[in-house]
Order: sequence, then C-alpha cells, then structure tokens
Amino acid sequence: MNKFHGIVKILLACFFLAASFDIKPNQAHAFTDQVIQKGAVGDDVIELQARLQYIGFYNGDIDGVFGWRTYWAVRNFQYEFGLEVDGLVGQKMKDMLVKATEYDEHYVKKHLNRGDTPRHYGGQPRDETQVKKNQKNRQSKQNQHAKRGQQGQQRKQTKQRQQIQQKQPNQAQQQQRQMPNIQQAVNTPKGFSENDIKLMSNAVYGEARGEPYIGQVAVAAVIINRLNSASFPNDVAGVIFEPRAFTAVADGQIWLQPNETARKAVLDAINGWDPTGGSTYYFNPDTATSGWIWTRPQVIQIGKHIFAH
Amino acid sequence: MIRSVLIGLLTVAIAATGYWGYTEHQEKNAILIKAENNYQRAFHQLTYHIDQLNDEIGSALAMNSKKSLSPSLAEVWRIASNARSDVGQLPLSLMPFNKTEEFLSKIGDFSYRVAVRDLDKEPLTKEEVDTLRQLHKKSGEIKKELRRVQSLALKNNLRWMDVELALASEDEPMDNTIVDGFKTVEKNIEDESEVKWGSTEEIQIRDKTNLNKYLSGKPISANKAKEIALKFIGSKKSPANVKVDETNKNSNYAVYNVTIDRSNDETIYMDISKKGGHPIWMLSSRDIKENKIGLNEATKRAEKFLKEKGFKNMTLADSNQFDQVGILTFVRFKDGIVYYPDSVTVKVALDDGSIVGYEGINYLTSHKKRTLPNKTISVEKAKKQVNPNVSIHEEQLALIENEGKEVLCYEFIGTIDDDTYRMYINATNGEEEKVEKLKDPEPLYS
Repeated sequence: MNKFHGIVKILLACFFLAASFDIKPNQAHAFTDQVIQKGAVGDDVIELQARLQYIGFYNGDIDGVFGWRTYWAVRNFQYEFGLEVDGLVGQKMKDMLVKATEYDEHYVKKHLNRGDTPRHYGGQPRDETQVKKNQKNRQSKQNQHAKRGQQGQQRKQTKQRQQIQQKQPNQAQQQQRQMPNIQQAVNTPKGFSENDIKLMSNAVYGEARGEPYIGQVAVAAVIINRLNSASFPNDVAGVIFEPRAFTAVADGQIWLQPNETARKAVLDAINGWDPTGGSTYYFNPDTATSGWIWTRPQVIQIGKHIFAH
Repeated sequence: MIRSVLIGLLTVAIAATGYWGYTEHQEKNAILIKAENNYQRAFHQLTYHIDQLNDEIGSALAMNSKKSLSPSLAEVWRIASNARSDVGQLPLSLMPFNKTEEFLSKIGDFSYRVAVRDLDKEPLTKEEVDTLRQLHKKSGEIKKELRRVQSLALKNNLRWMDVELALASEDEPMDNTIVDGFKTVEKNIEDESEVKWGSTEEIQIRDKTNLNKYLSGKPISANKAKEIALKFIGSKKSPANVKVDETNKNSNYAVYNVTIDRSNDETIYMDISKKGGHPIWMLSSRDIKENKIGLNEATKRAEKFLKEKGFKNMTLADSNQFDQVGILTFVRFKDGIVYYPDSVTVKVALDDGSIVGYEGINYLTSHKKRTLPNKTISVEKAKKQVNPNVSIHEEQLALIENEGKEVLCYEFIGTIDDDTYRMYINATNGEEEKVEKLKDPEPLYS
C-alpha cells in the first residue's frame, strides 16, 4: 500500500512538473522581451532568423544581423498571417513563431561560433547530407524564385496556426534540398567594409592614441574628409598610404594593435561626427617640419593637433 | 701560442663582423632601391599620363562627329584618373600640390559629364569648347614642366628619396630640382581661375561647415555657450570642470567647443555655434557596458530626446546597432513626404538607454522653408520607369539631394533576387535620379 502511495505521489509530481512546463512551452529558448527591428544584432536576431528559416520564409544566412533579407522575410510572414506589416517583430509574432517552429539554440550557436556551414536549419535530421554542396546551392536559388511568385496570393487571417502547420510538410521537402548557412556577420556603415574600419582604426591608433577621445574622432574625421575631397584619393587605403601623409604610416606605428577606443572613434567619424569642421589637414605644432602646413587656414586645436583646411 | 690563437680568433671575429655589416648594408640598399623604384615608376608614369592627357584633349578639340567625341572624352576621364592615382603615390603631401590634384579631378568630372551626355541632343556648347581649349593649354604647360623635370632627373640621376628627405627635414632653403619643378606646376595651376568648369561648378557639394552662411540668430558669448551645453545634456548643477574653446576667428566653422568632465569617467564634448547658439553636435566618451536594451527601445528613447529638443515631424530613416550603441538617423517627415536632407543622428547607449551622441549639422544647415515643385507624374507612371526586374515592396514621396540640387522623387524600395535596392524617380519629369544598392550585413571573413 505504501508503495502504491509512493508511485501515485511520483506520478502526481510528474504531472505537476509537466504542467508547469506546459504553461510556457519553449521558454528555455524563447526570445527576450524586446521588439526586434531592422539593424539589430544579437541572440534574438539569430533565433528569429533560425525560426523563419525553419518555416521557409528566410533563405539567407543565420548571421545574427537584422539586414534587408531578414526584413523582407519578416514582412512576408506578417503579410501571410494577417499581422500588421511593419517589419517590427513584436510579442505576437514572436509567440506565433515559437508555437510553429523549433529552435535548437545550442546547435545553431555551435556552428555560428565555429564559422562552418552545416546543412539547412529545418525539421530534418541534421547530421546527414553534407555532399553536393554546389548543386544544392543552385537549387536553393531556384526555389527562392519560385517562392517569391507564390507569395502574396493567399491571405487568411483565421486558422493561422493550422496554416503554418500545413505549410511545414511542403517546406520540409524543400529544405532537404537547400544548403545554407550559419555564418557570422556584422553591421557596417554604408560605403565602408569591416576591413576599412580596421585599417582606419590602425591609422587613428598610430596617429593619436595619446589624445583625448575627441582628438581621435577628429583624426578619423580628417581621413573621412579627405575621402570626400577632390585633392585626395577616394579610397581609404589611398588616403592612409599616401606617402608622407601620416607619420604613423611612415614610421610603422600604424601596425600597432589598435584598442577599442580607436575603433569607436572611427565609427563615430564615419557616422557623421566631425569635430574639425571639415578639415583635411592636421599637424602637431611642436613637431611639424613643413613650413607650408602652417599656411593652411586653421580651424581649431584639439589636444595636441591643429586642424586646418 | 695563446697570442696567435687570440689573433686568429680576433681576425675571424672582425671578418665575421665585416661580413655581417656588409650584408646589412646590402639589404638596406636593396630596400632603398625598391622604395626609390616605386617612386620613380609613379613619377615617370605621371609624366606619361599627363602627356597622353594633353594629346587626348587636343584630339577631342579637333573632332567633329559626336561618335568619336564621346569615346575620346571618356578616354580623357580615364587618363586623368590614372594621373591622379600616380600623384597619390608620390611623397608630395608635405608640399603644396593639392591644387594640381584638384585640377586633375575636375578635368575628370568635366570630361565624364560631357562624355555620358547624349551629344546628339545636347551638343557641346561654346563655353564647353572654350573650357576644353583652356584645359588643353593648361595640361600642355604641366606636361612641358614635368617633361623638363623628368629629363633633368634622368640626366643627373636625381632620386626621389632625396626629395623625401628634403621635404621631411625642411630647413629652408630647399634646393631640389624635382621639388622646384612640382612647385612650378602647382603655381601654374593656381592661376587656373580663368578656366570655366561650366556645369560642374554648380554641382559643388554644399559646404555644410559654413555655419555663418546657413544659421540664423545673434552671436553669443562663450559663457552663454556653456549654459546652452549644460542645458542640452540636462545637467542640473554645473559640474566643476567645464572648458570652453573656440574655433579660429577666420574659420567659417564658427563654434564654441565645450568640454564637460563628469565625475564618473565621462567626458562630454559639444560644439555650439557662435551664431545663434545652436547645438551642432554632442559626443560622450563614456565606456558603455553590456547591452541591456534593444534597438527598438533605443529608438523610443531617441524619439523622446528629439521631442524634448524641439524637433517636430521626425521619422526614423535608418537604425543600426554597432557593438554597444544604436545609431539612429531621423529625417523630417511631413504631409507624406520624407525630407532626406533634413537629418539628425542620435547615438544611444544600449546599457542604460542614455543619449551618448547627437549630430545635427545636416538638419541645421539644410532645413528651410521650401517651395516644392508640383509632382506631375503619378506613382503608377513613375513605377513604369523602374527596371522591370525589380519587385517593388515599398513606395513613398521623398525629397533628396542629387548633384547639389534638391529634387522631389518617388522613392521605391525593391528587390532583385536577394539584393535590396532603393530607387528614386523624379516626380516632375520621370527621370531616374538615383539607384543605390542597400548594404547587407557583412560576413566576418576571419
């Protein structure tokens, strides 16, 4: 009898445990509370992309950056399931995604950190089929075309869930042929690549690491102003490596490892902050060797440098 | 015995040192020659390209048929761009040679503009022919001077490494044939004022740093600037360390630069215009901790901030998260039209949502009362002007700045395959003003 009671107790405990899990399913991997919008980066975006890819709305890389492809995928999803089409991922959309899709955080993150390209993230067993990469890539392109044609035809506000679930078998078949990817990525400002930013950070660090923060932004701003000026080359490398343009380039200090501050200064300058009022020259009045530089119309002294047009 | 051993050892040591010194010297020379050769190559190519440039402009002048004129001018554009790249590889940054670079760039702009024009509909005007003639003359002068320097350099074995040394250690008077030659070229170009660049001149990009020209209001004092800055950052009591600098009296960029040291390792920098006391930009140097809020929340904070600062009718145009900050660009939006030139950028820290940067120079210098042209073209008609391969997803009316002028356009955002594009169709004449490919996230390559 005692034994029986024990079993009942255990069963009851199991039931309650299960019930408590059931209240908030998938809580373990679910989104945070924030509304996700274009330009965002981070775990929520990774999850969003993975889930959208799971049901075939998103064909791009799972890279954790909310770019244009993710934006269109979100809008398509909103359109198909009768949500307000605004490209913002709010609670309602997140709930729908969580209900309809699975997300294996561990698996996605593992590949994201390793930087390799596993097969498509979807409902299929994942560790098979690594072959015929190229062929699959081509096919997935074709699929995208086909899908784009279909989109926007059906729009039913009711029975959303069933719709999603009906979709799945179809999508699963397609997914088996697709081959894409989990690949880390970053936001970069328009017209600049991540490597340009690194090169500029090197130059700023080499030239102005002892300066106050604003002095570093100012040096970065001069590089930007030179890019836009007709009297200087139009590309980052051309400006930085112009012989005798920067002392840090001439004496090799540009190859020191830059710190975070230099990078921040460069990003601020690229994003529009210019403490120099459009200057294209600067010099240290204590060490300037060229008499000509003194004849340039000066704007302001920031830290040790005088900035001039 | 010991002595001879010692002598023997010493001899070996001296011989070894000598050999080591010799190889070091050889290596140094080899590197110097390599560097010298790079300069020589750029220099000789420059003279060659200027030569070509002069010839090509000359033949363009003699051409009559439009069929041959366009390619010829395109050639001028190409050669000018080559010459510019040669200049960029020479150690001329420490001497006045920027006018010549600018001159080459302007030749390029001018010839490109004419080359891509439909010369059947719009033939060369008399002024443009005049410009070409002047360019021919000017480039001829540069060519002559450079050829002279070149022959002297070849005859006397002049080295560019010496030029570099002479420029770097400027202990006047500089007596260097090459430097003198380039100075003559520059001087020649400086009297270039008589060259009429025609339409390119109007296309000069608006110099937004000319604050006195664009801003309104009375001049303010440095103390007032400090007050404005403290109010702007919402600081109730005046922090101990506030420093006010100002830009050079003659500078068009006339601002007070306010530096505010806050206790907790935060320095805030701000520029306040001398005329009218407008806050131009603000930037905080605070170390930003781990992300706590999302980009959407940051947008809301930025919107609230702008409202407090008196901005009305602003809408989010672009949002991006870089590391621990959100960079949010807002533009004016009124009566269904987006005004792209009137933009402000707000930088929000994603740890506590505070505003750590503000950039308003674009808005301040471009916002004004405008009389918009009538849109004579319907959306449907404008859509037909868009490349049929593009599937359009979004559309709106927008005022943009194109080639120095403000134009009212239909803005379409659409996709071809996986790439997203923004296209502008002029709302008055239906011309395609601008098409740009919008940037996707960049994969990390390492």
